Amino acid sequence: MLCLVMEIFNLRKLLIPVVLIGLAAIFGVNLMNWSAMDAFMFAGLDMSSMVQIDHFTVAFNGVLIFAGALLFAMTHDFYRDEQHHLSDYVTIIVFILCGAMVLTSFSNLVMLYLGIEIVSISLYILAGSRKFDARSNEAGMKYFLMGAFASAILLLGITLTYGAAGSFEIAKITAFAETGGMSSPMFLTGALLAMCAMLFKVAAVPFHFWSPDVYEGAPSLITTLMATLVKVTFFAAFYRLMSTGYAGVSAYTGTLLVFVAAATMIMGNLIALHQVNFKRLLAYSGIAHAGYMILAILSYKTNAAPALLFYGATYILATIGAFSVALPVFSSAGNESIDAFNGLGQKKPFHAAMLTMCMLSLAGIPPLAGFLGKYYIFSEAIRNGYMLITLLAVVASIVGVYYYFKVILAMYTKPADQTPMRFPIIYVIVTCICAGLSLLFGVWPGGLTGLL
Amino acid sequence: MMTILLLILPLVAALFVLLSGSKLASKIALGFAGVELALTCYAVSLFQTSGPEAFYVFHDWIDAPKVSFHLGLDGLSLLMVVLTNLLLPLIILSGFNREINNAKGYYSLILLMQFALVGVFMAMDGLLYYIFWELALIPIYFIALRWGGRNRVAITLKFFIYTLAGSLLMLFGFIMLYWYNPGQSFDIRELYGMVVSEEAQSWLFWTFFLAFAIKIPIVPFHTWQADTYRESPTQGTMLLSGIMLKMGTYSLIRWLLPVLPLGVAKWGQLVMILCVAGIVYASIIALKQRNLKNLLAYSSVAHVGLIAAGIFAWNIQGLQGGVIQMFAHGINVVGLFFCADILMNRTNTNEINELGGIRNLAPIFSTMFMIVVLGSIALPLTNGFIGEFLLLYGVYEYNNWMAVPAGLTIILGAAYMLRMYKKVMLGNVSSYVPEFPDLKWNELVVLGVIVLLIFVMGVYPQPVLNMAEPVLQDIMSYRVI
Repeated sequence: MLCLVMEIFNLRKLLIPVVLIGLAAIFGVNLMNWSAMDAFMFAGLDMSSMVQIDHFTVAFNGVLIFAGALLFAMTHDFYRDEQHHLSDYVTIIVFILCGAMVLTSFSNLVMLYLGIEIVSISLYILAGSRKFDARSNEAGMKYFLMGAFASAILLLGITLTYGAAGSFEIAKITAFAETGGMSSPMFLTGALLAMCAMLFKVAAVPFHFWSPDVYEGAPSLITTLMATLVKVTFFAAFYRLMSTGYAGVSAYTGTLLVFVAAATMIMGNLIALHQVNFKRLLAYSGIAHAGYMILAILSYKTNAAPALLFYGATYILATIGAFSVALPVFSSAGNESIDAFNGLGQKKPFHAAMLTMCMLSLAGIPPLAGFLGKYYIFSEAIRNGYMLITLLAVVASIVGVYYYFKVILAMYTKPADQTPMRFPIIYVIVTCICAGLSLLFGVWPGGLTGLL
Repeated sequence: MMTILLLILPLVAALFVLLSGSKLASKIALGFAGVELALTCYAVSLFQTSGPEAFYVFHDWIDAPKVSFHLGLDGLSLLMVVLTNLLLPLIILSGFNREINNAKGYYSLILLMQFALVGVFMAMDGLLYYIFWELALIPIYFIALRWGGRNRVAITLKFFIYTLAGSLLMLFGFIMLYWYNPGQSFDIRELYGMVVSEEAQSWLFWTFFLAFAIKIPIVPFHTWQADTYRESPTQGTMLLSGIMLKMGTYSLIRWLLPVLPLGVAKWGQLVMILCVAGIVYASIIALKQRNLKNLLAYSSVAHVGLIAAGIFAWNIQGLQGGVIQMFAHGINVVGLFFCADILMNRTNTNEINELGGIRNLAPIFSTMFMIVVLGSIALPLTNGFIGEFLLLYGVYEYNNWMAVPAGLTIILGAAYMLRMYKKVMLGNVSSYVPEFPDLKWNELVVLGVIVLLIFVMGVYPQPVLNMAEPVLQDIMSYRVI
């Protein structure tokens, strides 16, 4: 909690005066926080019953801060025509990061709700942040209406749980569930509602309809933010919720989750096959990846948190890397379709190679990190006896290869047009970091898995 | 140390070539491949004196699922590494005097491919092996995609997804084995002879077999092959048919027979029938082909079908034959595809009916071509003979009647290869062949080396047999039929 406060104040103090220096400083502060939190971890810091900082929190926070830093790095160039609003946007993104940290550390359902609202409300604003773009407004509105509905359902679930267990605290709810709470229909209904709300937030089928529209309409950088940082945050919270307070419920909801995971993987991959818009493509691919990550939640009994962390981190790296190439391409081509990448292999071989690496990582091809991420998840699922669903996941990821390769094919086989392309240096740095880390974690996964 | 050096050198070379200029790329690549070959020769001499123990490398790599960086070179692995490193300089040299745009990317990918292939043959840990296996797919895909023929986009994508599908099934199988293994690791020493129930083995068998059958390819999983061979650039086809295909047959011996003996016992007969039927089927199709590269592709299916049949017969003759034929086929098929490339380069066509009468114009080339053809139809004293003989003997031991259709491969093979040679090289000079200069220096070197190897191995195959013998005896000890 302490580091959380420090985080907010540090960031805001630095950001508002000089954005550029601030960006560099955030990165430094993040790194310092990272080592500082390690120290807390050993002290076994337990601030109150509201949050609990444990290994899980520290590891996920590290990944999320790093992802945040990469995104901040790109913010300046992305909003260069709206300089006077820049500080607002950056501040809101800091809020999201703050909410994300609440979500990885909550030990009380109220904190869960608060965290989700901090993140979601900030996102509603950001999704609509291109004020003169109708699509951006539409995305913000859509996300707001549907997101608010899901939040209400979550709140209802939490209330019912409170009614049954008599407390918001995770520890007390767990104790209640172990001492015969399972027979309480009110508790089960509450758990089910909360689960549905979380499934909405992570865009799992059948609660996924908002995601392609919002991803497409929102400014590209915000799409990146939603697809990476926020998605993994929600998954961390989801995992924390399902593996602690609602752990006992899985006897009832396990089958349901299996079907949700299956539907998510199938729908996500199949619909992605036909997408021509790159952002929609990544939206559906994100849905498919959500399906794989649900497998990790199913396997909580054997502590699948390292698998989830690794998968989330590789997914974040590959997606941010892909967008850091895609953003400049979009702005020079003037559209966001896959055709915008035509001939990139000839025009900018280096960037094309980097994007190829990100795509291969998303597709799960060794030796890139995405492969090991998939491997960890599949391995945990098999260990917990989810044989058929894992086989389905294997088949689904074969389908996935096809649409990731559509992008690669566009770069290398289609003729180039003459539009000049400008890659701001900061984007190139982000690309290199993402692709480089994807390769590094692919051959040396110990660096990430050692955290948990 | 030697092992690591053998593995890393191609990777270093690939980076080096990528950073060099396109003009120098081919020469630098050749230089590195030559050094690698010399190193391999040194490793062989070391192997003869000190045995396989000196070549094992073991490091912990990943903790949580226990994966170790475990490399090793026993007789079988070393043979495959020799094959790879022997063919690589020839493949690179065969690209000299050809127009290749962005040569540094091209040769860099070829060397990356060498790295992955050497890794596959050395890996002694299941997941490490799997990573190299998949890694080999990426360079060859891009080689075919960037430098391939007209229909390359759709065909290479089919190739990629088809083989990847098989590989992912194998990954699933490996994860299952990991959890079956009481020691919870992928290490080959623990996987060999591990106790897994017959029921589990009988379906695990398919997860591995499908991956290998697609790669080899065994009929009916061969549909990607002819198209991909035709559309790839020549060096890509050589890599695919000469070495990459051997990944499948090598893996049958290394990763399927001793790991899942009960599964093999249960399904072996079905697989044998598939293989033998595939041999006859592919030979008949080869008879009908009009395009030279297609014909070679189907003849390749027939040959490797026999290799797979010999391996699944699971007796020492079949395994010995399989190993030696892998080696021989690798050399022959590279020679054949190079001859096809020379024809294509000079005449711009690979249609058998459009060629003819080249013998009068290019006597050296036609003699060399003849020898390679004879090697591939297994004439005594060439390298193909001893392999096919042992393989047929192995199949005969397994089931007398199965050897009859399997033996057809030699007769049919002679029929379609000689018919092809007659039409392409003999007769009157075809109007499509205005002029046909004889071999250039690099072509002469490549074909000369191949011809030499064909004879040396045909006359004196014993070193290869000796080298593989202890490993194969070990594999035999897991047999349960």
